[in-house]
Amino acid sequence: MSDLVIHVTVNGEARRWSVAPGDLLLDVLRREGYWGVKKGCETGECGACTVLVDGRPVNSCLMFAAQAGGRSLTTVEGVSARDQLDRVQAAFLDHGGVQCGYCTPAMVLCTEALLARTPDPTEAEVREMLSGVLCRCTGYRKPVEAVLAAAGARAREAGPAASGAPKGRRRRRTGGRR
Amino acid sequence: MSSHRIVGQRARKVDGFKLVTGRTAFTDDIALPGLLVGRILGSPHAHARIRGIDVSRARALPGVHAVLTYQDVPRVPHTTAGQAWPEPSPYDTYLLDAKVRFVGDRVAAVAAESRAIAEEALRRIEVDWEVLPPVLDMEHAMDPGAPVIHDEPDATGIRDAARNLAGDIHTHIGDVEAGFRASDLVVEREYRTQRQQHAMIEPHIVICWLDADNRLVIRTSTQIPFHVRRQVAMILQIPVSRIRVIKPRIGGGFGGKQEMVLEDICAALALAAHRPVKLEYSRHEEFFMARTRHPQILRLKMGVKRDGTIVAHHMKVLAATGAYGSHCTTVQGNTGSKVLPLYRAPNLRFDCDVVYLTTPQAGAFRGYGCPQGYFAQESLVDEIAHELGMDPIAFRLKNAIRQGDVDELSAQLGEGKKGLPRTIRSCGLPQCLERGALAIGWKDKRNGGVRRRGTLLRGVGVATSMQGSGIAGVDFAGAFLKVNEDGSFNLQVGATDLGTGSDTVLAQIAAETLGVTLEKILVYSSDTDMTPFDVGAYASSTTIISGGAVKKAAEKTRDALCCFAAQLLGAAPEDLVCRDNRVVAPDGKSVTMAETATFAFYKEKTQVMEGASHFNTDSPPPFCATFAEVDVDTETGQVRVPHLVTAVDLGVAINPMQAEGQAEGAMAQGLGYALSEELVLDDAGRPLNASFCDYKIFTAKDMPKLTTILVETEEPLGPYGAKSIAEVPINGVAPAVANAIFDAAGIRLRRLPIRPDAVLAALAAQKGPA
Repeated sequence: MSDLVIHVTVNGEARRWSVAPGDLLLDVLRREGYWGVKKGCETGECGACTVLVDGRPVNSCLMFAAQAGGRSLTTVEGVSARDQLDRVQAAFLDHGGVQCGYCTPAMVLCTEALLARTPDPTEAEVREMLSGVLCRCTGYRKPVEAVLAAAGARAREAGPAASGAPKGRRRRRTGGRR
Repeated sequence: MSSHRIVGQRARKVDGFKLVTGRTAFTDDIALPGLLVGRILGSPHAHARIRGIDVSRARALPGVHAVLTYQDVPRVPHTTAGQAWPEPSPYDTYLLDAKVRFVGDRVAAVAAESRAIAEEALRRIEVDWEVLPPVLDMEHAMDPGAPVIHDEPDATGIRDAARNLAGDIHTHIGDVEAGFRASDLVVEREYRTQRQQHAMIEPHIVICWLDADNRLVIRTSTQIPFHVRRQVAMILQIPVSRIRVIKPRIGGGFGGKQEMVLEDICAALALAAHRPVKLEYSRHEEFFMARTRHPQILRLKMGVKRDGTIVAHHMKVLAATGAYGSHCTTVQGNTGSKVLPLYRAPNLRFDCDVVYLTTPQAGAFRGYGCPQGYFAQESLVDEIAHELGMDPIAFRLKNAIRQGDVDELSAQLGEGKKGLPRTIRSCGLPQCLERGALAIGWKDKRNGGVRRRGTLLRGVGVATSMQGSGIAGVDFAGAFLKVNEDGSFNLQVGATDLGTGSDTVLAQIAAETLGVTLEKILVYSSDTDMTPFDVGAYASSTTIISGGAVKKAAEKTRDALCCFAAQLLGAAPEDLVCRDNRVVAPDGKSVTMAETATFAFYKEKTQVMEGASHFNTDSPPPFCATFAEVDVDTETGQVRVPHLVTAVDLGVAINPMQAEGQAEGAMAQGLGYALSEELVLDDAGRPLNASFCDYKIFTAKDMPKLTTILVETEEPLGPYGAKSIAEVPINGVAPAVANAIFDAAGIRLRRLPIRPDAVLAALAAQKGPA
């Protein structure tokens, strides 16, 4: 099969890729040096290969690379600048949300997507978003705490006006659910 | 304890930056020129002999660089269990064999230029099979006339191959029969547990290549790099000195990587192809071609006095090791030795048979025999407490082992041989029960059965458990430290961080001992060329054993540095104290660690560097109390867990945040064990649910509220008072859930996982004949 040439934006930089029609986005991203994209099942079940496509979390093992043409992709490498951690990444470390770290890039990206849309999420919203990423190490309590803390840090930094949620929705009972 | 500066800190993981930014960290995160892809041809049959195998069409395929069958490799009986030499597991496994013993067993392996070519090559391999009858039911594995799974003549260490008996254990203290006669109440029950799969998110993966010196490099996702080096050397018949095993970051193991799963065959492919080869399991393969927890049938008989005193306890276990016997007697030995002694009965007996089946291979899995044993024992004592009309917590407190006790059963049941008696030097179990009960609201919620929202019944249950901290007299570790001129230190350890955070904990121990801040410790772990030996990450050993080695090495390094600082300060070395990156004299004068190191380097021409080894002759148990609150839906049979509490005595927590994380991960895995996880086989031994779609592990949405309580005690044998944490919190989850179901609905579920159909059947039986 002859290769296709596609143009994508990855982490804000224009890229030109030559891909075979059957190449998975997961495999092409790793081949192109985005090692933060992890392979856990290749069947869209574990979520370790999550990347953001035009800001939305997608299992890159369920998408052909060719389908990414013209899209804007974000991998974990694009979350922070060089040696700086962003709030989400720092919160995952400060709250013990990382154990083996294999699902961490996916969790970080899901969190970025959630907070972009819902800056002040409830715990249930956090759990809903993280439920697309399987973690076998943490029991999810500390990742959830980390996301809520990162959201709090963002809200504080931006000031109360920036919080898109009405006051009544601001529940942050860590550990509790629903 | 508060005098510690670094120990006890909720410090960030020392390897956290690379993980959270997605830097190259894991086995697969490396680009090698000429890398080939390895694939294994798995058996379609549960039990069969290869009459003939033709690989000529596979070899002829362009892009194929190696095809291996049993005809191409040395035949060396071995065990894949990652255990200290000499391994107590039978040598019943071969790199490749003319016989297959489970669906997925190795038939052949190929290395090719792409996965597509490798898979096409597998399809071109033609096998003439002599299909043999499978052996799938552990209760009939030893029947006269049952097909013999290991009929090869060269296996060693099998208890009775002709009867499919991999191993057995029979031991006792006191006289249980006399004990039962002296009891007021004797209760006998049977419990059954299932095949659970580790389901670490990073499947097994290994990359092998020959380096510029023609040495074999094995970059692998393992918990046991040093055992892998020894095993691969033996199997491929090359010297240990020709092998270097590198463990990068690991995406979870839970015991599934305490085993040489792919390294031998990948190394053989790399040697045959003379090119780098990557071999990994797909998620589908991971479920049945890697390892599982041992399924068991446990028959327990306990005799008690009217006042609740346990007089005698007899545990009979039938377990299945699957096709090969790795960890077979040691896992099951633990079911006895780490479970029965929780209660100080004078008469204990443990009888166990471990049988072969033509099913996926069992192996090490977090808890290592204890989750099975505790599900049975903690369910049984709950039944007995109920029968006696006693509060289950009071019953446990009355009988539980306590500080100063000596557990003699552990002396009978060592790692495949006689062990060492266990003296309890620290025990926080009563505090665990007290604080856990408070957190779950025991007083208000117990004896529930209060109907809520029509069909839901709510109840609470408790279970207690213990584990060990390393294998007494077996586990040992080395550590090495050298100072740099800026007052930083390289800490080199064989200890194997598989995501557990041991690099961080060991760095905290080093920093505490050296009197420096955490970022001064640069950890490099698990590279057989570059770090001292360590048995690896298993048996909850790393903090206490590897940590013990680090503490000793750090003490020696500190003392050596103090000799140089003494010259600078004009004081006696023994009067100096190291803290906050300085060496301080009694008069308050001080020099920095950097000044001291620079002086040693450039004035005294000395590299300060020290190594140490450590082992223990005892294995201090961490203790745990687990409390579950459940809702039983009487209409659907669904059991939901709104709240789970773990209170754990881990000694001193070196890093409380990481310790909590260990407990919480164990709770999630324990909930799966209790309610959803089972690898199911059909009547031909084929897996039916080898995917995350069909094998359910808990997601963020499914998880209950978790409460983790660290009960700190001071363990004299541990570095800075530490014991262990990684395994013990998984033990109590299933029995606490089962006991809570009884509290809610009055039904006993004695088989794991507890699925809705079983709950409905039990509810129907409860109503039915009455």
